[in-house]
Amino acid sequence: MFEEFFWNNRIQCVAVVLFAVGFVTLLLHRNLLKKVIGLNIMDTAAYLFLTSLGYISGRTAPIITDGAPAMEKYVNPLPAGLVLTGIVVSVSVTAVMLSLSLRLYRRYHTLNLDDIYQEIHREQEREP
Amino acid sequence: MNFCLNFVLFLVVLSLMSAVLCAVTKDAFARGVSLALSAVSCAANAVILTYVGGEMKNFTYMMGHYPHPWGNELRLGPTEALLSVAFSLILFLCLLGGHKGLKGRIDPGKEKYFHTMVCLLQAAFLVLVYTNDIFTGYVFIEICTLASCGILMSRQNGRSILASVRYMIFSLIGSGLVTFGIIFLYAVTGHLLFPELKESVAALWAGGQYRMPLLASASLLCIGLAIKSGLFPFHLWMADTYSAAIPAASGILSGIVSKAYVFFLIKIIFNVYGTDMFYASGLQNVLFILGCAGIIVGSVQAIHENNLFRMIAYSSAAQIGYIYMGIGLSPEAGITAAVFQILTHAATKPALFLTSSLLSDTAGGAKKFKNLQGIGYANFFGGFTFSVEAFSMIGLPFTMGFIAKYLFALAAYDSTAVKQLPALLVLAVSTILNTFYFARTVIRIFQNPIRPHTSRPRAGMGMEWSFYAAAALFIVLNLALGILSRPFVDFLGQCLSIF
Repeated sequence: MFEEFFWNNRIQCVAVVLFAVGFVTLLLHRNLLKKVIGLNIMDTAAYLFLTSLGYISGRTAPIITDGAPAMEKYVNPLPAGLVLTGIVVSVSVTAVMLSLSLRLYRRYHTLNLDDIYQEIHREQEREP
Repeated sequence: MNFCLNFVLFLVVLSLMSAVLCAVTKDAFARGVSLALSAVSCAANAVILTYVGGEMKNFTYMMGHYPHPWGNELRLGPTEALLSVAFSLILFLCLLGGHKGLKGRIDPGKEKYFHTMVCLLQAAFLVLVYTNDIFTGYVFIEICTLASCGILMSRQNGRSILASVRYMIFSLIGSGLVTFGIIFLYAVTGHLLFPELKESVAALWAGGQYRMPLLASASLLCIGLAIKSGLFPFHLWMADTYSAAIPAASGILSGIVSKAYVFFLIKIIFNVYGTDMFYASGLQNVLFILGCAGIIVGSVQAIHENNLFRMIAYSSAAQIGYIYMGIGLSPEAGITAAVFQILTHAATKPALFLTSSLLSDTAGGAKKFKNLQGIGYANFFGGFTFSVEAFSMIGLPFTMGFIAKYLFALAAYDSTAVKQLPALLVLAVSTILNTFYFARTVIRIFQNPIRPHTSRPRAGMGMEWSFYAAAALFIVLNLALGILSRPFVDFLGQCLSIF
């Protein structure tokens, strides 16, 4: 029963596993660049999940070329629209994260969060 | 009068256009634009509140006249209008009171980018409060995250950049979970608009179909938004974030941004899952336990701090805990108390951050308690404002904090027997803990200084009329809603009854 479930929902299962990989990388990895990579894996997994839901085998995108065939020929365009919006958000967030990482690297010459944190802790100790 | 229903869309478009304008103009002009925008938003939302509050019903605003389920919608109800008035007013006061503090903390020529982000933030919280579409909510959650990160990193020192990174990481984890929650919900219902979602969810839940995906989506949305708003144990970013930001940014982040996420969650609970399904799912118990734990842990961490700003930040974690405790208690009295607590905290915490910065500037940039001793004599108005707001946080009578705690006690009393005693105990213990660290701070800043404060005041808010005006308005707001609470709480109860 489980095998059948996993086989029927294989793309969604892969998406959930990818999401978990991205999530753990973003949460636990100490290297900033790897965190950004984790973020992108996580976002991509969500979009894979959504795209797989929106796709029905044998149907096409709802673009009318010559006449309007039956509605059953089309897939719902909304999931693709949502994925496109999500990709724009994801790109913006990645750009901000990379720019922040670059700033930290220029200041502390490392991308390791623990090292940066220690450095800042020392700065903080010197504050009034 | 019906025309005022267009104001929300106008305000969102105006905010987005103002953001562009601020980015290409000079600092002083951008400052004026963001301040004027928040004032206009406050006035326009007050007009909407007068209209929808008078009619006491929810209006649906179709975008582009496409009816549901095809188009995108806003929902203009009295609760949404009330929250928007409050958030816009707090934003205005934060900008008014904190704009002098931007000088010396942001490089000249870059202040305009701070105001750009403030305008974006205004658009984001307006949409989060008014939207009737869950995916639009997601997009503006992300815009809110990016804009919050922008105002946080405007200080450009190592600490604020690291704080921005930590804030972003936590926010993005929260966003990821929210995205997946929305996808699950869309997968089982096929809708994104709240009314259709609510109808489908109710039918599926009643028919016993897709219960696991529905529960998974509700859990993901709750955890995602809890991480973004700083509920225990996801509050670790708060201390660094609020203490590293410039005063106006700390006020905006703690007073508006985190509250907008919580309000969006309340909207989802009421307008998507429905209180029947949500309060039968058991998720409210998780929120209740985390809320109670957050109140105690946040307060204990605040007691252990020797840095004024970090102490206030941990106190925010405790105050967020109250809101989630209210959500966990019950959908009537509990949610009323939670929404009142949102307003209380939004009206109090920014004032505490602004006055703390003023006191710190007066003491030459000192942040540790030992260096702030007696600073209330050097800047009496700052010390007085801090004391009034601290008393509100403790929950002394005649302040909003007292009414909030009273409403929580009532909600706990009306709740189930299992939650009654823990909630009342947590309220009692947290009041003692709050008293301990806030009264200690007030005593410290009005204690005789160990040595006279000879250090030169740092360029900051200084003796500025704008700060005094903002601080006075914060005090008046707190005391007015604390003293005249009955009509206000009755009105809030009416608003929430049709939410």
